[in-house]
Amino acid sequence: MRFEVPLSQSLDYSVALLPVAPFLAALLAPFVHRIFGALSGWVLAVVPAAIFVVLLGYVAPLAEHPGEAITSGLPWIPDHGIALSFLIDGLSLTFALLISGIGTIIVVYSGAYLKGHRHQGRFLSFILMFMGSMLGVVLADDMMVLFVFWELTTITSFLLIGFDHTREASRRAAIQALVVTGGGGLVLLAGFATLHLWSAGLAGDSGTWLLSEIRQHDEVLRAGAVYTPVLLMVLVGAFTKSAQFPFSFWLPNAMEAPTPVSAFLHSATMVKAGVYLLMRMNPMLGGEDALLWQVLLTVFGGITLIWGATLALRQTDLKQMLAQTTVASLGLLVLLTGQGTEAAIAGACLYLVAHAAYKGGLFLVAGLIDHGTGTREITDLGGLRKAMPLTFVAAVLGGLSMAGLPLTLGFLAKEEMYLAFAQMGDVWGYVVMTVVFAGNAMMMAVGIAIAVMPFFGGTTDTPKNAHEGPLAMYAGPILLGFLALVGGTLTGWTGENILAPAASAIASHEVHPHLKPIPDFLQLPIYVSVATWALGYVLFRRLKDIRLALKALLEATGWSFDRIFDALMSGLVLGAHGLTRFLHHGRLELYLIVVFIAFAAAIGAPILAAGAWPEIVAWPDLTSYEYATIAIALIGLLAVLVARTRLVAIVSLGIQGFAVALIFMLFGAPDLSFTQFMVEILSVVILTLVMTRLYLDRHDRRVLPEVFRDGGLALICGVAVSALLLVVLQTPLDMRLSELFAATSVPIAHGHNVVNVILVDYRGLDTLGEISVVMTAGIAIFALIRMRGGGPKLGIGAKKHEAADTAERAGA
Amino acid sequence: MIETAYALLIGVFFATAVYLILSKAVIRMLLGVAVLGNAVNLLIFTAGRLTREAPPIVTAESGERLVAPYANPLPQALILTAIVIGFAMFTFLLVLGYRAYQELDADNTDTMRLTEPEKAPPPPTTY
Repeated sequence: MRFEVPLSQSLDYSVALLPVAPFLAALLAPFVHRIFGALSGWVLAVVPAAIFVVLLGYVAPLAEHPGEAITSGLPWIPDHGIALSFLIDGLSLTFALLISGIGTIIVVYSGAYLKGHRHQGRFLSFILMFMGSMLGVVLADDMMVLFVFWELTTITSFLLIGFDHTREASRRAAIQALVVTGGGGLVLLAGFATLHLWSAGLAGDSGTWLLSEIRQHDEVLRAGAVYTPVLLMVLVGAFTKSAQFPFSFWLPNAMEAPTPVSAFLHSATMVKAGVYLLMRMNPMLGGEDALLWQVLLTVFGGITLIWGATLALRQTDLKQMLAQTTVASLGLLVLLTGQGTEAAIAGACLYLVAHAAYKGGLFLVAGLIDHGTGTREITDLGGLRKAMPLTFVAAVLGGLSMAGLPLTLGFLAKEEMYLAFAQMGDVWGYVVMTVVFAGNAMMMAVGIAIAVMPFFGGTTDTPKNAHEGPLAMYAGPILLGFLALVGGTLTGWTGENILAPAASAIASHEVHPHLKPIPDFLQLPIYVSVATWALGYVLFRRLKDIRLALKALLEATGWSFDRIFDALMSGLVLGAHGLTRFLHHGRLELYLIVVFIAFAAAIGAPILAAGAWPEIVAWPDLTSYEYATIAIALIGLLAVLVARTRLVAIVSLGIQGFAVALIFMLFGAPDLSFTQFMVEILSVVILTLVMTRLYLDRHDRRVLPEVFRDGGLALICGVAVSALLLVVLQTPLDMRLSELFAATSVPIAHGHNVVNVILVDYRGLDTLGEISVVMTAGIAIFALIRMRGGGPKLGIGAKKHEAADTAERAGA
Repeated sequence: MIETAYALLIGVFFATAVYLILSKAVIRMLLGVAVLGNAVNLLIFTAGRLTREAPPIVTAESGERLVAPYANPLPQALILTAIVIGFAMFTFLLVLGYRAYQELDADNTDTMRLTEPEKAPPPPTTY
């Protein structure tokens, strides 16, 4: 069955308001905080709660027609066929419910957790912006819109991780998350663009950006040459976002963020965006016949699962333990998505919801413990069940689901995933099942540790006297833990309303739920579950030894992806520095050499390329006084070049200037000639005035190779200009404008000197501009001369003066 | 074609100007800028063709309009503007060089490295 007929073409744009509303609330958040203070969490939570309620309204229609979708859209960039298209199907709805539901809890929790913090309003604003971005990601149908929201989650996540921006560790973690997930996002953009171009080529029109339309050609896509590159690009985007090996290192570092952020972004929602993308793309890129998809997802998911679970065992910080198990869980989700079978997809959906509930709850418990005792080190904690009974209840509820004990959502998820591998019935299935079994057992050990160790045993000395948190903080995790229990008990409701629509959307055909609270003892899964509990319990008992062994092992290897990242980042900075130093070396003559090489090439290369090198056919018949002016000019130029004293240089400059004035005079330009004479006289006078006040280095301190280098370049420039001019002279001259001036100067402007008429009449505004330039230069010169203090203050001059002063004082 | 000889002369002007500007001594660079201004003016003048001893001035004998041969008035008008602006720029550069010498006690561009120091410290590689 295909998705060709949408459930209802929603004509109102209320769906588009869902991701926009949190942004509007974010705008108001700082003001709300100013007015309501500590209560602002409760006030602002109205927005996500309202979104959650609106979304609940879609549950029943989608449960009746699993596998169908509600679409709605607004035009955005019509010229490129990009629209703000949104789509609600079972998958989007599940994610959107998690985002808005957990989001409500997080906003309330943040109100209490950061009570009295100077930037609490800013924090709530960031959280709401993030929520809007995340809703946009899961509701978008247009790939461009999806990408924009995707990158918005990256940016808001950067802001949230770096919230405590005065600490270097926070800044580093924020930049790391930004670079890794932002970079992955760019690759994803390339993948989306490729898909768009492919769709244009397929249909022979301008193509589509809509995932729901591309999905209708899934078989053509999987058979085409474009499949592998698109798959790889989408996977890079999803793997960076969802912290898959080898990009997993940024997620544990992101724990620098305040705990509500860790609970919301780094376990329940944002990191699942990658998983969402994979599930969304499953009908297009995956499925039971897509071998590359299955292999890549299984291998990377499996490595991530074991890698994360192993690292979780060695941690002692509650948040770090949770972060590493989150990495492992994301690996498990990717692995399940990659199997493509109905049971695996159902397992992935259940695990997604179960994990969001228990991991979000446990993070909040970690925040409560931190808030109540002042430490998160599991080895420093014990006997808290009396001081923090409600936190203890929340931790146990979360821990039950994490361990996958019966009557919880976590149990259903585990049963379903083991069933999926058992159904595969081949060696591959059992190998993957073993990997999942090992990963689950390790995660269970960590789960028990978090739920039990801080609360039992003898009480310990903690930085703060252990006390229970406020209602706003413990209500959320208890509610989440309770929901995991309800979901796991009322299996019929869960299956009909959550599992079936979501799994149908992923699998692209209708999936029927078959959940039961009591396991089937004739099947393999329950026995694997029992084995998981057994192994998990053994690992928990030996946790201390395992931790020490792993610590020794990891220290022995001596490297980590973290260090590689640091090396790459500092390499980038130093490489940019080196490149800048290479291009921007601070030696003026080398800059000028580049300029003049470009000048000679720009003039000479086209002439050479066109083969238009000019030939001097006949030497012109010049008069004796014309030869004389040329000779004077040459003598003047030569004298400037070889001048050894200031005076000679100035006088020689005057000689060539006067020669130019003479040339103007001889060829019918008396105005130019007079102006040139005036300017040359003034230049010589000013030069003399300035230069006699200075002791300037008169020698040209160029060594012989430099003389050849500069001289050669100068010659090339000169030859190029001469050649250009000779070529120009061989082409006819357009005299129309000159003839117009010649004919109209007297009748229109009543001026007999045509050059003057052009200057003051025809090009009067140009002349005004010229006067402004002279005036500006005059003002600038005046300012330069007036702007003086007592001697040099900067650079080498200041050093020289300082040395002279010191010497003087020493002498005195 | 008399322009040929001047085309070659202009090449010499350009070569001289470039050689002077490539010097590291500020005063020579300034001389080079002055020569370059003359070179460009002559270039425009010659490109508009040279006409001997016939200024574009309407006289009583020629009546209401210029009578050929006359020197091309358009490049002359352009150059007149250019000479004045060139002079203003030259003066400004001269004073700039003079003040730089006073402040930095240096007239060689290799020692004028205040904003681009030889051994700039590398940027921080921390976060």
